[in-house]
Amino acid sequence: MNGNLLELSNIRVSYGHAEVLHGVSLAIKPGSIVTVIGANGAGKTTLLNAVMGIVPAKGTILYDGASVPHSVEARVAAGLCLVPEKRELFSTMSVEDNVELGGFLRNASERAQTREELYTRFPRLAERRKQLAGTLSGGERQMLALARALMSRPRLLLLDEPSLGLAPKIVADILNIVSELRTTGVSILLVEQNARAALEIADEGYLVELGEVKRSGPAGELAVDPALMESYLGSPA
Amino acid sequence: MIATFLIQDGVTNGAIYALLGLALVLVFSVTRVIFIPQGEFVAYGALTLALLDNDRIPATTSLLLCFGAIAFLADLWSMRRGADVRAFTRSLALNLVFPAAIYGLTTVLVPLGLPSFAKALLTILIIAPMGYYVYRIAYRPLADASVLVLLIASVGVHLAMMGLGLVFFGAEGLRARPLAEANYTIGSLMIPAQSLWIYGSTIAIIIALYMFFERTLLGKALRATAVNRLGARLVGVRTQLTGVTAFTLAAAIGAISGVLIGPITTIYYDTGFLIGLKGFVAAIIGGLASFPITAVAAIGVGLIESFASFFASSYKEVIVFGLIIPVLVWLSLSHAFHEEE
Amino acid sequence: MNIRRILPGFVGILFLAIVPVLPVPPFWITLLNNIGLASLVTIGLVLLTGVGGLTSFGQAAFCGFGAYTTAVLSTNYGVSPWLTLPLSLIVGAVIALPLGLITVRLSGHFLPLGTIAWGLALYYLFGKIDLLGRYDGISGIPPIKFAGYRFLSDGSIYYLIWFFVIVVAIGAGNLLDSRIGRAIRALRGGGQAAEAFGVNIVRAKLTVFIFAGVVAALSGWLYAHMQRSVNPTPFGLSMGIEYLLMAVVGGAGHVWGAIFGASIVLVLKDILQRFLPDIIGTTANFEMIVFGILLVLILQLSRDGLWPLALKLLPKRPPRPVPASSRKLAKRTLAPAGSPLLKVEKARKAFGGLVAVNDVSFEVKAGQIVGLIGPNGAGKSTTFNLITGIASLTSGSVFYEGQPLRGDSPRQIARHGIARTFQHAKILPDMSVLENVALGAHLRGSAGVFRSFFRLEREEEATLLAEAATQLERVGLGQYRDRPAGDLALGQIRILEIARALAADPAVLLLDEPAAGLRHGEKQELASLLRKLREEGVSVLLVEHDMGFVMGLVDHLVVLDFGTLIADGQPADVRRHPSVIAAYLGGVA
Repeated sequence: MNGNLLELSNIRVSYGHAEVLHGVSLAIKPGSIVTVIGANGAGKTTLLNAVMGIVPAKGTILYDGASVPHSVEARVAAGLCLVPEKRELFSTMSVEDNVELGGFLRNASERAQTREELYTRFPRLAERRKQLAGTLSGGERQMLALARALMSRPRLLLLDEPSLGLAPKIVADILNIVSELRTTGVSILLVEQNARAALEIADEGYLVELGEVKRSGPAGELAVDPALMESYLGSPA
Repeated sequence: MIATFLIQDGVTNGAIYALLGLALVLVFSVTRVIFIPQGEFVAYGALTLALLDNDRIPATTSLLLCFGAIAFLADLWSMRRGADVRAFTRSLALNLVFPAAIYGLTTVLVPLGLPSFAKALLTILIIAPMGYYVYRIAYRPLADASVLVLLIASVGVHLAMMGLGLVFFGAEGLRARPLAEANYTIGSLMIPAQSLWIYGSTIAIIIALYMFFERTLLGKALRATAVNRLGARLVGVRTQLTGVTAFTLAAAIGAISGVLIGPITTIYYDTGFLIGLKGFVAAIIGGLASFPITAVAAIGVGLIESFASFFASSYKEVIVFGLIIPVLVWLSLSHAFHEEE
Repeated sequence: MNIRRILPGFVGILFLAIVPVLPVPPFWITLLNNIGLASLVTIGLVLLTGVGGLTSFGQAAFCGFGAYTTAVLSTNYGVSPWLTLPLSLIVGAVIALPLGLITVRLSGHFLPLGTIAWGLALYYLFGKIDLLGRYDGISGIPPIKFAGYRFLSDGSIYYLIWFFVIVVAIGAGNLLDSRIGRAIRALRGGGQAAEAFGVNIVRAKLTVFIFAGVVAALSGWLYAHMQRSVNPTPFGLSMGIEYLLMAVVGGAGHVWGAIFGASIVLVLKDILQRFLPDIIGTTANFEMIVFGILLVLILQLSRDGLWPLALKLLPKRPPRPVPASSRKLAKRTLAPAGSPLLKVEKARKAFGGLVAVNDVSFEVKAGQIVGLIGPNGAGKSTTFNLITGIASLTSGSVFYEGQPLRGDSPRQIARHGIARTFQHAKILPDMSVLENVALGAHLRGSAGVFRSFFRLEREEEATLLAEAATQLERVGLGQYRDRPAGDLALGQIRILEIARALAADPAVLLLDEPAAGLRHGEKQELASLLRKLREEGVSVLLVEHDMGFVMGLVDHLVVLDFGTLIADGQPADVRRHPSVIAAYLGGVA
């Protein structure tokens, strides 16, 4: 063990006959933000789902130096938490209930403490505690998804396209919150299509293309790599 | 005069249908299982109570032992590739020790000549765990199956449970003693105490369910599973936990319905199915999703049935079941509309 | 024809033919008669449930209609059974039509619940009607007569029953192996793909519903004349459940599995009724416990039933050669290159307050490849759905050759010569690659149920299959022709969808993310295929998020972001457009 919170080696995922991840390796140090960027369809979401245990994967996933537990629920208990691309909120339940359920595996006093912290961090949610989650705006929904995830007191937060479908101003807000979270000791694996913004707040970056890591390195270096431009916009005809 | 009698009769039956409808909505929304065998729990409950009334050990206790043994074997089978001691002990306690304890308790208590209320409680204690075993044995291995496959499996479970009812209770009908014998008169209306028990229990269960879903974390987790399965898994709610809870609650509600209806009609091993189906009509009107609509619809079904049996007695069933078709069409049309969005 | 292939069938028929003259106990014949009657219903159910995906618990009621029709007519009015046969079948069909019109509109799990409801209601109705003798039923039904011979004994009506079973089983097999059959088999996957190639979904569902109703009525007609009396009991819900059990045991997708399933269930029932009472000590319908457990176990352990296991013992069917066809299918005349073909004008789609497509306008000219691109959530798929008729326009219009497409269903749009592929490939994994492609040519054939049942449409079928084979060769999947489509890799499935679209002889191809999941080499091949099609005069509109793929391929690019058109022009210019770069890479806009 070498001090990494999460270590993926040679992760392969197939849907039916088609392999969509062809051996991805990646490491996250405690308290850091690692971003996985790449064009749509590169396999980024699949990677997060594999880490969370939603899709079966071949290869090894080491969490905190040991093999990660098998089921999704056991991974949540161990401190992994995914905020999926579609948020997957409980739309017909109140904001308060959504937040509360985030702490399903924590005891009442832990929940009470985290709840206070969260409502201080997200005053918008505190104002709308009684409102149904389905009636929130896009930005508020993303905040609620984050708050629900944080309620489980995660050590590693997996974020899938938190900026998707949000207006630029709100994207900036959300990413600010994400970068602040690092100071509370939470490590973050951030999957983003919005490459420039993600690389700005991340420590390390991985560029994934067609299910393989094409480039990796410190975020600042990756941001100016010409491969990035090509991966997103194709080579000029 | 006849109208008030028919209304009273309709509301009494409707209250029972409401309980069953609520249980069906609960099970479907949490597990996607259309629980046809719900009615069997009613029959089991009523017949168990009737046997206890005759100071006999109800055969359902032995049935519970069988269910436990099969569930234990199923657990062993799924543990065949390495098991840990904790899981094994848990399975042993839950599937073998627990039903044996209930069996023992029943054999000790029956000769003592219990008051009727205690007999009712004992009945619920015997029947409710069956919900867990039925889930474990029949549905858990099918957790990833489609609603249609689960529905066909439900029909299978219904056949098996009805047949077991026949083996254990015989083809004879039984009637239980009412919880209270008194009758009350309000104006020209005579209300038997048993009807009051039915109204009271139905209201109490509805309130209890409401409190469970609104105030407890487990209840909220059940609702969350119904709203968004993946979301619930992501916060650490185990599908199994919610499934077990839903089925056990459904069996308990079925047993209570049986205890309530047992004294007002003679129950045969196969009566439960028809009673359950009427709860179904209500649950379907509620789209298998809405508790309040289901409860109101159940009273409606009771009233329609009661009036139909007076004015067109021979077409009672044709009317009640024919009624579902337009509801289903309406639901399908509004459903298709949602899918488009 | 391979001798080893037809041998089992031949042995089976021979066995059936000699059983009654062998010294077997008489109850064997009774049992075989019951198996035959149940097989008829179950074959209908296999087509309805196993193939068409419409689960019905109510089939027993249709037996009732067939049985009561002949019972009433032959006892009260002295009509000859041979005259009541067509009448019984017609009554079955006439009842199935309105019942089916309602039932097939029920969605998802509401459909089987609906069949339980009408199954119960009809059972009670049979028991209440005076004309039908209420719960006592009707007795004294005359036997069937043929040239002075009366089918009185179990041993004689046996031949009649099994004659019908074999005719119906072969006919049902023929039906599935035809143009109509492909449409019915396509229902199971939701039918969206079939509809995009002009299949009338409601009509296909209704066809199979009526077919199942008519064969059940046939079973009822035979039952009435075998039993010589009828009452409501065998037409109730529990028999309906038993028929479904037979279909599930046999394997709900196989015609011959129906007979297999009926045999297993009825033989088992017979054994149980014979021996269980000795074990338990009383007589009652204990077999239902075993049936219930059997149903659950089969769903848990072998969801496809037992027939596929039995099939493994038979020699594998060799791939059939594609019949040579002398006839060529008519081809559409394509619009001259450069003429306006598809025009989207201020198309708008709002979901509640959210505007997914915001007044987007663009045009596809004949002989062009146009790319519609944009980042995730930009509204590309919604725009695509507006053109193909899956979603309806909030405002604006889509024109095809100058004609507005407003309000047209996907089926009507297919008739114009607009063929599409799907973002999430919609193929039928159990059907062969060839048959999947032949579904695309649905509108180029016309044979109906009757001709297909009796194999009178072979010439047309041969032309359709030949066309499908040609298109498969064209896209380079020829070697996979006889494999189940589900065996293909994702990239090949996307190409298969293109071949299916080509089989429709399209004027415009609409491709929804055809390059997703393809490897580099496969993308190159796809690009050269599309270039070849362009040379032949076919126009293409493709939705893509992969800008690399479209860059060197398309004549014209349309870029969407947040539902709005942000750039429109030559690929090279679009790539340099600052708002396009911002939309794709994000950040400092």
